[in-house]
Amino acid sequence: MILARTVEVTRRYGDTLALDRVSLDVTAGELVGLLGPNGAGKSTLVNLLIGIRRPTSGVVELCGGDPRLPASRRLLGVTPQETGLPASLRVGEVVDFVRAHYADPMTRDELLDRFGLTDLVRRQTGGLSGGQKRRVAVALAFLGKPRIVFLDEPTTGLDVEARRSLWEGIRSFHTDGGTVVLTSHYLEEVEALAQRVVVIGGGRVLADDTVPAIRGLVAIRRVSLTSDASLPQLDGVINVERDGDRLHLITPDSDQLVRDLVRHDVAFTDLEVRPTSLEEAFLTLTEAPAMETAR
Amino acid sequence: MTSLTLTHAKFQILETFRIPIAVIGSSFWPAASMLAFVVPFAGDDPQGATYATASMITFAVMSTNLFQYGIGVSEDRVQPWDPYVRTLPVGAFPRFAGRIISGLCLMVFALLPVVLIAAFLTAATVTPLEFLAAAGVTALIAVPFILMGLSIGYSLPSKAAIVVAQVLFFPLAFAGGLMTAPGGAPGFVEDLAPYLPTGGAVRLMWAAVGDYPVSLGSVASLIAWTVVLAAVAAWAYRRDEGRRFS
Repeated sequence: MILARTVEVTRRYGDTLALDRVSLDVTAGELVGLLGPNGAGKSTLVNLLIGIRRPTSGVVELCGGDPRLPASRRLLGVTPQETGLPASLRVGEVVDFVRAHYADPMTRDELLDRFGLTDLVRRQTGGLSGGQKRRVAVALAFLGKPRIVFLDEPTTGLDVEARRSLWEGIRSFHTDGGTVVLTSHYLEEVEALAQRVVVIGGGRVLADDTVPAIRGLVAIRRVSLTSDASLPQLDGVINVERDGDRLHLITPDSDQLVRDLVRHDVAFTDLEVRPTSLEEAFLTLTEAPAMETAR
Repeated sequence: MTSLTLTHAKFQILETFRIPIAVIGSSFWPAASMLAFVVPFAGDDPQGATYATASMITFAVMSTNLFQYGIGVSEDRVQPWDPYVRTLPVGAFPRFAGRIISGLCLMVFALLPVVLIAAFLTAATVTPLEFLAAAGVTALIAVPFILMGLSIGYSLPSKAAIVVAQVLFFPLAFAGGLMTAPGGAPGFVEDLAPYLPTGGAVRLMWAAVGDYPVSLGSVASLIAWTVVLAAVAAWAYRRDEGRRFS
């Protein structure tokens, strides 16, 4: 059963094309990670599916209806990218307010207990730390016992421990049959949670596959070194950037590249090998014209 | 649906009354205007003072709601909480109705000093029945101005909303005859006023507290304004997508 879908959806903001004919189906029970660089269109896609924005053209469906209609959102839970809780209200009051909108919600205590927020119930949200606010915002998504939740960068601003415990909560929701759409620009987070990964870039779906397949696609490294020598012809180097006497080489096989550098007797110092960010990986790997406009 | 309306009203009221200065602030301006304009100029004449108080209440109802909703809503809209509430299974009606109820509660506090000043510092008099009628009419005439505020708040960014509310409120007050005694405005104002929301509202108030005749045309146009403003507010709410980028 398809819980969320877009068909050939395009969204423009003035002259900017944020989404370009995107078609996507999310079926019940899936845990989908939406991945992509900032400004790729992830949040726009999510905002269309949760009814905040309208498409310029194309069809958006949530639970079989138009997400702009309240009835379509009865089994929806959302954590927006930005946490905004009414500063003068207490945590317990915010929970009560959101709770009143659902037919069969969790009790207040059940929710607070499950997300470790019981101690905060009497606190005004304006006085919470960023991490505490974020945890409240994520907890609210699950309050209405939704069938599908959209979590937009849920763990931004959380420390490692809070992040892990939140992941645990998301996993257990999914194990109980819940459907999750998660956006992140951390590959690690998507790897830890998702089964299916949809990569968005330049307003288009660039890849839609399993986690291992996507990991293979973006497993490229950036090898940086300081050298004033000119480089020999090296195999497997996708891109070379020069920044003064600092060179950055992008390659899928950093081990082989380093061996080659040594074998060719290239004089270098300060060797550094690190994973590329997703943004670099996709900008490098994707030669689709869409990526050019995304820059 | 009604319980959602009450939920929204309750939390609006909670939010407003958690910041007591906002409540005090909303009652300051009407009270100060009473002391500055009504008490010294019309205070001794029972009929004049009663009508002037009714005008002042209408003026306060208009300005409080126009500013509170016009500016308040457009500022709320750019906060991340508002788009979040839009993802909850709730439509425009419970949110609007909740705001109207909370607005009426706030108005009790905003108008209380005006009523007290009228009672103790002027010769204004009303019978208990007239007082109840005036209270009821105050609630009724607040509705079109709350909807006007919501229309502004949901269709404009906050800086523009401030300007539009300021530009609208003085001409509406003057052309509606709020600045003058019944029948005392310049001729063109007397002709136009009954058909403006302010003029229609103040005429109902005058009728509630005195012998001022109710004009059907004026009441009908006030109802028409309310319907039109409700439609504009709902339209603005539906097309709103929070912050706008281009």
